[in-house]
Parts: sequence; C-alpha cells; structure tokens
Amino acid sequence: MNAAAAMMLRSVPAAVGLALFLGLAGVAEILLRFGVLNRFVVPPPSDIAASFGRLFAEEHLLTRFLATSQECLYAMVLLAIIGVAAGTALQQMPLLRRACETWIASLASAPIVLMYPLFLVIFGRSNATIIVMGVIAGLPPVILKTVEGLSGTRKVLLDVGRSFSLTRRQMFLKIMLPAALPTIFVGLRLGLIFSLINIVGVEFLINFGGLGQLINDLAERYDLPGMYATIVFVILVSVLFFLATERLERWVGRA
Amino acid sequence: MTLASQPVSNIWADMPILSAKGISKKFETAEGPLIAVNNVSFDVAPGQFLSVIGPSGCGKSTLFNIIGGLTEAYDGTVTVAGETVRGPHPSIGMIFQEESTFPWRTVLDNVCFPLEISNTPKAQRVEKARHFISLVGLSGFEKRYPAELSGGMRQRVAMARTLASEPKILLMDEPFAALDEQTRLLLGDKVLQIQQQLQQTTLLITHNIAEAVQLSDRILVMSYRPGKVKRVVDIKLPRPRTSEIVTSAEFGMCVAQVWNDLREEATRGMQEAERLR
Ligand SMILES: Nc1ncnc2c1ncn2[C@@H]1O[C@H](COP(=O)(O)OP(=O)(O)OP(=O)(O)O)[C@@H](O)[C@H]1O
Ligand SMILES: [Mg+2]
Repeated sequence: MNAAAAMMLRSVPAAVGLALFLGLAGVAEILLRFGVLNRFVVPPPSDIAASFGRLFAEEHLLTRFLATSQECLYAMVLLAIIGVAAGTALQQMPLLRRACETWIASLASAPIVLMYPLFLVIFGRSNATIIVMGVIAGLPPVILKTVEGLSGTRKVLLDVGRSFSLTRRQMFLKIMLPAALPTIFVGLRLGLIFSLINIVGVEFLINFGGLGQLINDLAERYDLPGMYATIVFVILVSVLFFLATERLERWVGRA
Repeated sequence: MTLASQPVSNIWADMPILSAKGISKKFETAEGPLIAVNNVSFDVAPGQFLSVIGPSGCGKSTLFNIIGGLTEAYDGTVTVAGETVRGPHPSIGMIFQEESTFPWRTVLDNVCFPLEISNTPKAQRVEKARHFISLVGLSGFEKRYPAELSGGMRQRVAMARTLASEPKILLMDEPFAALDEQTRLLLGDKVLQIQQQLQQTTLLITHNIAEAVQLSDRILVMSYRPGKVKRVVDIKLPRPRTSEIVTSAEFGMCVAQVWNDLREEATRGMQEAERLR
C-alpha cells in the first residue's frame, strides 16, 4: 500500500510533464482548427498522432528508430572513451591544456555538420560517416567537463590520498576520477545532445540511415504529419539516452 | 629474546619518535609575505599525547601539514624515529580540519579505504572497518553515504578511516570541532582509550582548553603572528584518565594556567585582526 503510494508520488513529475505536452498539443490543435495557424505549415497534432500507424507499417519507423539509436549508442561509447581520455591527458599536462582548451571550446560552437562532404569522401555514404561526425560534435563538452571535474577535486581529498601514500595511478582512479564523475556525466549528457543533433542532421543531408533519412524522404513528399511524427521519435531517442546516462552514472558511481 | 630486547626498547623510549626543529613557513600573499609558522621546535616521545592550542590563524594547520609531509617549501627539519621526513610518512596518519570523507563511498567503504590501499584481504578489511566504526559510535550507519550524515558524524567517519590505517603517529586537526560538548568528551575518552591501547603517539590541534588538558601529557601554546611556541605546559594528571577528571581541582588549575597564556594571545590576535580591517 505504502510502496504503491510512493510509486504514485514518484510518477507525478512525469505525469505533469506529459499533461503539459498534451496541453500544448491541444492548444496547437485548436489554433489550427480555427485557422489561426496555417495547416500547410503546421500539421494538426491529431494528424501527427494518426500518422504513426502508417509510419510503422509502410516506412519501417521502428527499424529507423533502432538504427538511429544504435548510431547514438556507438557515438556515446566513443564519446566516453575518447572524451574522458583526452580530458585526462589535458588535465595531466598543463601546457597542453593551456594550448588547447580555448580552441576546443570554440569547436563546440562550430557548425561541424557542414563538414559532411569531407567525411563523405573519407568514409563513404555509411554509418561510419554519421557516427564519426556525431562523435566529433559531441567531444568538446565531454573533454572540457572532464578537465573541469578532475581539476576541481577538493584539495583536502587529494591530501587524504597523499597522506595514505597513494601512487599517482591510485590517486587518479580512487580519488580524482570518482570525485569528477558527476561533472563528467554533465559533459557526457551535453555531448550526447550535440551528437544526436549531428547524427540526425547528417542522416538527413546524406540521405542515409535512420530517422534523419526518413525525415528527408517525408519532407520531399510533403508529408508534414509524418515528418513531425518522426521528429517525435528523434526526441524519444534523446529521452532514452538521457535516462540511460542517469542509470550509467549511478552504476559507475557504485562500482 | 625478551631479556635481550629490553634495553634496546628502553633506548628507543628515550628517543623522540617525532621531532621538529626550527620549522618556519612563509606564504606569499597579495599583501606581501606572511610568516605563518616561525621557528617552531619540539620533540614528542613515543606514546605521548601532545596538544597544540592557539588562536585561530596562528599556523597550527600549517604546522601539521608540514609534519604530515604535505607541504614542500619550508625551513627546518622534521624527523620520525631519527629519519628525516620528505613527503608523507607511512607511520603518520592525519585527520583533517576540513570535511574530508569521500562522498561517493559509504561509511563502511570510506573506512575500508586505507585497508584497500594496503591490500588487506576483503573479509579482514570489513571486520576491521566495522571495529573502528563502532569505536567512533557510528555502528548501524555503515551503509549510509556521507551526505546522509551530520557534520560531526562525517568528521567521525574521517577519524575512523585514519584510525583504520593504524598509524604509529596520529595527527588530528580539530577533529571534535563540530561536536557538542558531551559527545566531544565521550569521544575524547574513546580516543584516549585507543591511544593507550595502541600506544599511539598523538598530536591534537584544538581550540578547547579543557579538551587539551583532559587528553594531553603536554600542551604547546602557540602565539599569534608569527606562529611561535609561546609556552610548553606539562600536564601531570594521573592516567588512565576519563572525562570524569574535568570535575577535579587539579584539572581546574591546569585549565586556568593554559587559559592565562592563551588569553593574551587571543586578545592580541583579535586586536590585530581589527587593525588590519
Ligand atoms: N595556502 C596559503 N596561502 C596563503 N596564506 C595561507 C595559506 N594557508 C594558510 N595561510 C595563512 O597562514 C596562517 C595560518 O593558517 P593556518 O590554517 O595554519 O591557521 P590555524 O592555526 O590552523 O587556524 P584555525 O585554528 O582557524 O584553523 C593564516 O593567517 C592563513 O591566512
Ligand atoms: Mg587550522
């Protein structure tokens, strides 16, 4: 009884979020019905909802969704490995850090997606192009947040390590890394957002792969409800990975 | 065997286990150089309990960090059993003034930390950690994270963690500062008990005169700016002591003696701080 009540309580935020979303959709629907908004530009939410069945049956929406999710998964793994390693290297080598930190930060605002022809030449019209571009776009926040987290380790915790005569390696693995973990995960979540945007963007541009390609197709056919419905699935990927990183953080934190 | 080792151990007993000679430390600050510790020298015999007392900002923590090998640039020498200290010494354990528990580890895992580092087998590790956790009165909180504890409890976790490494020399920087008077006295008893049991040489920084008198064989009273040893007070109260001693007349006299020295310094410290402002 009590457990059930607790469950209910915990699902309140999610319910409020969903209600808000549905409310906004309702407002859009009303505005469209009364002609305040143009239905040739914005499809009515009811049409979008109705198009899901068609998309699953004819456009293999689920397969597309899984394809994009898979690309995101690979990108996330690479992001974590490369980003944390690069961040660690930068943090350990002050000269390198001073040399690189600024331009890595500026890279974050560069429209990397526009460099797709270059990667198209290197990797061809393939998943590799999509994943690599996703990773490059997501790296800056992961690197920078790793540096920030590692350097932000409280001095007294380092002193505890030193007073127990930890080796450099132990100092890093047992104190600096766990202390930096929350900050690193902030970076990873940010990086993943950039990655997903770029992954879908490149899919769209090179007309290959998952949800991005489908959006491209539907846009060319001027199937606006279908397009918006697919965008809902892009958001779903984002939500999925957000939840996954939260799980991962808790799991890594305990290990 | 016992007979042969007898005279040898006596020689060691006479020799200070820890010795500081002419320790000075200068900080470069925005307002110019600041001498935090000025020419401090003292010896500590094995098993002795020494307290350092002095006004806030007189360089007590700085002195401890030097003895603990955490500060590099300073003048003077620190020796442990005749051996000059360069960097953290394995027989010195430190408890810090600042909150120093690992927030990502449970109480049990925090206390297990030094045992993990020394590669103690898992079962033994847990058993030992539990022992020290119960010693600081935190049994039942093993699975909690530091964020779920009070400040005083966290300080006790840090204390148990350092005790678990069973250092020969224990440096404690105001470990009881966040505790109420009663808990402070009882925990003081515990510390004394452990110290007597393990024959640990203990250095304690404190602001609390009664606490210093209750626990110590000797008290260093430090002066404010520059941080010097103003006076060394030997406490000759009988051992074993418990917190009950605080009601005795001798105890009161010792406290009064230290308080006289300290009042001058504290007043001067306050005035100087006022003037700087
Ligand atoms: N890293 C530092 N840089 C500059 N000045 C410092 C530094 N550390 C300490 N000081 C100064 O040295 C003096 C002594 O500091 P310390 O921390 O040793 O005092 P304390 O006796 O432990 O005081 P408290 O009882 O308040 O803990 C202070 O005036 C402080 O401002
Ligand atoms: Mg201090």
